[in-house]
Amino acid sequence: MVSALYGAVESGLIYAIMALGVYISFRILDFPDLTVDGSFVTGGAVTSVMIVGGSSPIVATLAGAFAGLLAGIITGLLHTKGNINPLLAGILMMIALYSINLRIMGQPNIPMLNETTLFTMISQTWTNLALDQVLIVPFKWLGIASYAPSTFYVIVSMMIIVLTVKKLLDFFLRTEAGITLRATGDNQSMVKSFSTNTNLYITLGMGLSNALVALSGALIVQFNGFADVNLGVGMIIIGLASVIIGEVLFGKDKIVRMTLAVILGSIVYRAIYALALRVDFLEASDMKLITALIVISALVLPNTLEKSKAKREFKKSQRRALNHNQEGGVQHASAK
Amino acid sequence: MLQLNNIYKTFYPNTPDERRALNNISQKLSPGDFVTIIGSNGAGKSTLLNMLAGTLLPDEGNVWIDGKDVTSWPEEKRAKLIGRVFQNPLMGTAPGMTIEENMMISLGRTQNRSLFSGITKKTRHQFREHLQTLEIGLENRLNSKVGLLSGGERQALSLLMATFTEPKILLLDEHTAALDPSKQELIIKLTKDLVEKQQLTTVMVTHQMEQAIELGNRLWMMDEGSIIFEANEEQKQDLTVPDLLNEFEKVRGKRMTSDKALLMK
Ligand SMILES: Nc1ncnc2c1ncn2[C@@H]1O[C@H](COP(=O)(O)OP(=O)(O)OP(=O)(O)O)[C@@H](O)[C@H]1O
Ligand SMILES: [Mg+2]
Repeated sequence: MVSALYGAVESGLIYAIMALGVYISFRILDFPDLTVDGSFVTGGAVTSVMIVGGSSPIVATLAGAFAGLLAGIITGLLHTKGNINPLLAGILMMIALYSINLRIMGQPNIPMLNETTLFTMISQTWTNLALDQVLIVPFKWLGIASYAPSTFYVIVSMMIIVLTVKKLLDFFLRTEAGITLRATGDNQSMVKSFSTNTNLYITLGMGLSNALVALSGALIVQFNGFADVNLGVGMIIIGLASVIIGEVLFGKDKIVRMTLAVILGSIVYRAIYALALRVDFLEASDMKLITALIVISALVLPNTLEKSKAKREFKKSQRRALNHNQEGGVQHASAK
Repeated sequence: MLQLNNIYKTFYPNTPDERRALNNISQKLSPGDFVTIIGSNGAGKSTLLNMLAGTLLPDEGNVWIDGKDVTSWPEEKRAKLIGRVFQNPLMGTAPGMTIEENMMISLGRTQNRSLFSGITKKTRHQFREHLQTLEIGLENRLNSKVGLLSGGERQALSLLMATFTEPKILLLDEHTAALDPSKQELIIKLTKDLVEKQQLTTVMVTHQMEQAIELGNRLWMMDEGSIIFEANEEQKQDLTVPDLLNEFEKVRGKRMTSDKALLMK
């Protein structure tokens, strides 16, 4: 049980990078981008092929992210230059990427169990430094050593990577270019009216978004030890669920808070996933349904709550008006 | 500063819906000129402004701004020369961004965006000084979301954003129409101040004849795509609302069709 939660934190952190990408397209650019299902796999495909081919895992990971950048830029161009509606542009790119990913991989599945990946590298350094022995100490003090994870290296290294990505993103979104990107998603015609090439910003924003998604994919295949061409199915909804859970539970207006919320949202999503798998009558394959339900309720509930609140208020005010009239009537009567 | 040569524009040409929106418009504005445009609904006022901004291309004729033939310039490029405020206060600002971030966007007309630095202390100080001129306290709310501002405040901000980078031409299309009377007064006062201070060449559409008479040094009256009456600085001095209504009847043989125009005396 506890170890399942550690697993959730580990994968939650890795998927958080994908969720940050989805946050850029969905929330910042207001562009519902379905490229994600494809570009996530593209990142993993490029990375796994390069690693199997003997490249350094670091180079392979960056190359995976770069492939995602290109995919996002193409989606952006389809929309801005080709005038294709955002949803359709994303779907087209997703379908196209399915074939491209298969081409890159050459087969539907690439195992990497005996390869040197980013995680085997980190693990090795970690063992050499004997850091687990240090980190276990507080658990021992508290007498809960049996609840400690078997190793901390994934959590710590991923935390460093994810927080670095977050910091860079926070910084970028507050530069002049970043402000312009956000304003483009907020009121494009206004930004345009100040002589800004908004198409360029949308295109590059989509590139950045999918670069993050692909980076996440590149890390996941190394974490799992294999790449699979179907790894990305439903990824967009998982990303969206993470963003929404994060917003609801931890969200605040400020950018730095929002990016943090998205990361936490991703971890919470993975925790829900891990718990759902423990429930007897649920199967792993039900998770897509549960994810869809999370997103649907997050989209529908706020509206419904708002409406029922407005209704209650309306009834209240009507009752008040009624009371008021009656009182008025009484007063009139007594005045007579 | 601004020159329009024989501009024609027809929507849906050669169809039953054909609509001649601009019919041979030729005009010239000198630097610092401030023209107000009145006219009934559908007269072609907004179409004319869109023509200046490059949102629409003329069927015939050309547009010169600041000594350059800009007729074929795309809207984005022309925007470097043009500041614009629309009727809808929601159009001119980004609601999810803060006041200072909105101000930063308007700097785009004059400078490129940096990838490596955000809003510096110096820029922030500049913004604050400009906002102070509005005298509605926005300078103390640099980090408030613009979506939280009232319609009047948003429109004042739009106006400032359109003007403080000193565009060659300022276009105002009924930019007070969506506001309540007290806010209208504020925006009109700000318009006057900002235009005067920077000697901006300004084109303003309004439905209120009194506003049209009070503001600016020139006046055009439009109907069915033509400028049917114009007043220069001298003639404008003793122009009255009844004069304008008479003028309209004289030229067109009919009453001004805009309900709004009548309502505004
Ligand atoms: N984009 C467009 N497509 C088709 N017809 C248009 C378009 N824009 C304007 N028109 C038509 O051109 C004519 C002039 O419209 P315009 O918007 O310039 O009038 P206006 O003087 O601004 O009127 P109002 O006082 O109502 O704002 C109208 O008949 C209008 O229906
Ligand atoms: Mg109009």
